[in-house]
Amino acid sequence: MKKRSRRRSFGAGILMGGALLLAGSGYAVVNAETTPSPEPIAAEGSVEQIQVGRQLFLEGCSSCHGLEGQGIEADNATGGNGGPSLIGVGEAAVDFQVSTGRMPLAVPEAQAARKPPTYSQAEIDAMAAYIATLGPGPANPTEEELDLEDANIAEGGEIFRTNCTQCHNFAGSGGALTNGQYAPSLMDATPEQIWQALVTGPQQMPVFSNETITPEEKKNLIAYIESLKVEPNNGGLALGRLGPVTEGLFLWTAGLLSLIAVAIWIGAKVR
Amino acid sequence: MSATVNTAGKTVRWVDDRLASSNFLKRSMGKVFPEHWSFMLGEIALYSFIVVLLSGVYLTLFFKPSMIEIAYNGSYVPLKGVEMSEAYASTLDISFDIRGGLLMRQVHHWSALFFIAAISVHLCRVFFTGAFRKPREMNWVIGVGLLTLALLAGFAGYSLPDDLLSGTGLRIAQGIMLSIPLVGTYLSFFVFGGEFPGTDFISRLYAVHILLVPGLILALLTAHLIMVWYQKHTQFPGPGRTNENVVGYRLMPIYMAKAGGFFFVVFGVITLISGLVTINPIWLYGPYTPDQVTAGSQPDWYIGWLEGALRMMPNVEWVIFGYTISWNILVPAAIVPGIVFTVLGLYPWIEQWATGDKSEHHLLDRPRNAPVRTSLGAMALSFYILLWIGGGNDLIASFFDLSINAITWFLRIAIFVVPPLVFIATKRICLGLQRRDRDKLLHGMETGNILRLPHGEFIEIHAPISDEEKAVLMSKPDRMPLPASEGVDENGVRAPRARLNRLRARLSNFYYADNIPLPTREELEAAEAHLRHEVEEAAPVMEEDRRLVPARDGAVLHDPLNDEH
Repeated sequence: MKKRSRRRSFGAGILMGGALLLAGSGYAVVNAETTPSPEPIAAEGSVEQIQVGRQLFLEGCSSCHGLEGQGIEADNATGGNGGPSLIGVGEAAVDFQVSTGRMPLAVPEAQAARKPPTYSQAEIDAMAAYIATLGPGPANPTEEELDLEDANIAEGGEIFRTNCTQCHNFAGSGGALTNGQYAPSLMDATPEQIWQALVTGPQQMPVFSNETITPEEKKNLIAYIESLKVEPNNGGLALGRLGPVTEGLFLWTAGLLSLIAVAIWIGAKVR
Repeated sequence: MSATVNTAGKTVRWVDDRLASSNFLKRSMGKVFPEHWSFMLGEIALYSFIVVLLSGVYLTLFFKPSMIEIAYNGSYVPLKGVEMSEAYASTLDISFDIRGGLLMRQVHHWSALFFIAAISVHLCRVFFTGAFRKPREMNWVIGVGLLTLALLAGFAGYSLPDDLLSGTGLRIAQGIMLSIPLVGTYLSFFVFGGEFPGTDFISRLYAVHILLVPGLILALLTAHLIMVWYQKHTQFPGPGRTNENVVGYRLMPIYMAKAGGFFFVVFGVITLISGLVTINPIWLYGPYTPDQVTAGSQPDWYIGWLEGALRMMPNVEWVIFGYTISWNILVPAAIVPGIVFTVLGLYPWIEQWATGDKSEHHLLDRPRNAPVRTSLGAMALSFYILLWIGGGNDLIASFFDLSINAITWFLRIAIFVVPPLVFIATKRICLGLQRRDRDKLLHGMETGNILRLPHGEFIEIHAPISDEEKAVLMSKPDRMPLPASEGVDENGVRAPRARLNRLRARLSNFYYADNIPLPTREELEAAEAHLRHEVEEAAPVMEEDRRLVPARDGAVLHDPLNDEH
């Protein structure tokens, strides 16, 4: 009992020391920088990059996520918005949320919607590097991990139908979830974003870690989704790849109405 | 030329000597049918059924109704090597490796959707015009039977390719079977030959889809048409049209040409749509395995109302002595459709009993002249459409940025609130139209021309309506509610079935009490005299008017009166 508590306080001490060291050196760098120009952003993972990322975070994100990324609880009395803690979310989460434009949030809704990104990729990388320093989390995929050259599309399709279709629809067109939430269409997502979504589980999505779906399977899965994007509509107009509802709508509007119009024409009285 | 005619004549004589059919043909070809566009809705159903049969025969040449698992080795790359049933693999082959196969599949599926849609609008036409009344009640029941069989054929066909969507539909069908108390489990095991999905249902469904149901449809369809032929087609009221005659054109040549042409139009439109618009892209769904499901799993449109009922139903289950009664499935999937089809099939007798109207009807009702029937129909349609919306609630949620829960709760309330409102509104509209008809008979058509008489009165000029329109308006049947029956006769003896008769009187009151009566002969004559008087009074003023009013461009109008002076 005694032993364990001692160890815990020891660990907390190391963490505190590390954080102080980081913050201190950070301030030193900021103070050293006299001209605050964000471009060009320093080399990856460098102290300067982390500094720039922190600065961007403080300006654009901290009002909801807290000055230290610790998160803020929503204040129902004042209507103040809250945001979750970003400690340990990893660079993959930052890259996904910001590069798909979901963050910064435009308006608090049931779910953050995809929109054009606010930040450049260099800025996103800087913020991701900063957030990665707050705690260990999922990293971005490497180039080999996204090399779809020799991926097995058919196996990817199996994984897709087993794990993804129930929310994202058979063709990745998206679908509704409860209370105004939804699984978005996958047709706009880049391979990197799909990977990031799998490992970080944004919003309603569960996490598919490398233990659940191996990196090899992830590659196949992404290759299948990529093949859906370029899959031609063999039967003609696809009606949104949404299933029988749009087919029925087409039947009753364009189809049957045109036949009824012909019937009216044939049945019109000849005067 | 004459040699050809001779040969043709000889051939005809040869046939006639053996079949003795020329008399029958002569009579049949001269048969008269009434004319109205809405009488062609049933034709759309017939023609699309022919297209279903033709395209279906082509598909049977290549479809393999087998659930043997094989590894796909066709030309659709994203499924290469995937384990699937032969049924699904052969459907992929039809879609990608057989010449014209995909077009034929799409023709088959689109025409099936057209078939059921045309049946539905045809049913609405027959209902709203009262064409189901005596002597056509049996044909109405046959029609309802045809609709049911068409739904069955459609669902069986939807389930055959063994893709992810169709398998999900079958799983729901099995769930519905299981929900039936006492026999559900046995029924499911019997139908599927064991646990779901088993290895039997595709071949069983195939027999149902290509043999049993189409055979029944063909038989009932023939009976349906023979009865139309034998009982003659109903007609809308109009000048010279009575309950005893049929006014229209002869089958040969007018309807042969019209119907023949219309068949090719239907065939053409279906083929055009099938060539341009995807239906059921089974290659995207993938093969069925019970552990997979896709968002947007919906049946074809004609089962959509039942899907909606299932989605709307609150989750209610009872456990009695260790047995589960799944009201959440039983009510929407078995009880509601059971009630709907029973009431639909029995409606001719329900109306007959309630109104006491047992006479023959060959003249159709204008929907406004049967306001309660029309309102009941509109109410049923609103109920159906709400269920439809429920069946697509997920797509409505994502397209209109709504919460699926909010839609479901809205529908749960609306399903009880909206149909009665629709009933009231429709009845008001019908009665309003009846009043306008009466007005037209009494005062003629409003011309929109307002006239100020010399003594200062303003009148609107009414034009008399055409004889044709008058005949239509005067055709309105004069229907009176049954008299409220006395509970006892003059001797104070309780009448037999007094309570039933009271109910009946109340129902007939419900049907007929609010009808706006046609003007009486005296009223009509008075109105005619009034109209004549109005015209006489207005005529000199109008003449004056015409002389004085300058033309729009400021020029003085040609004035015949002044020219003469």
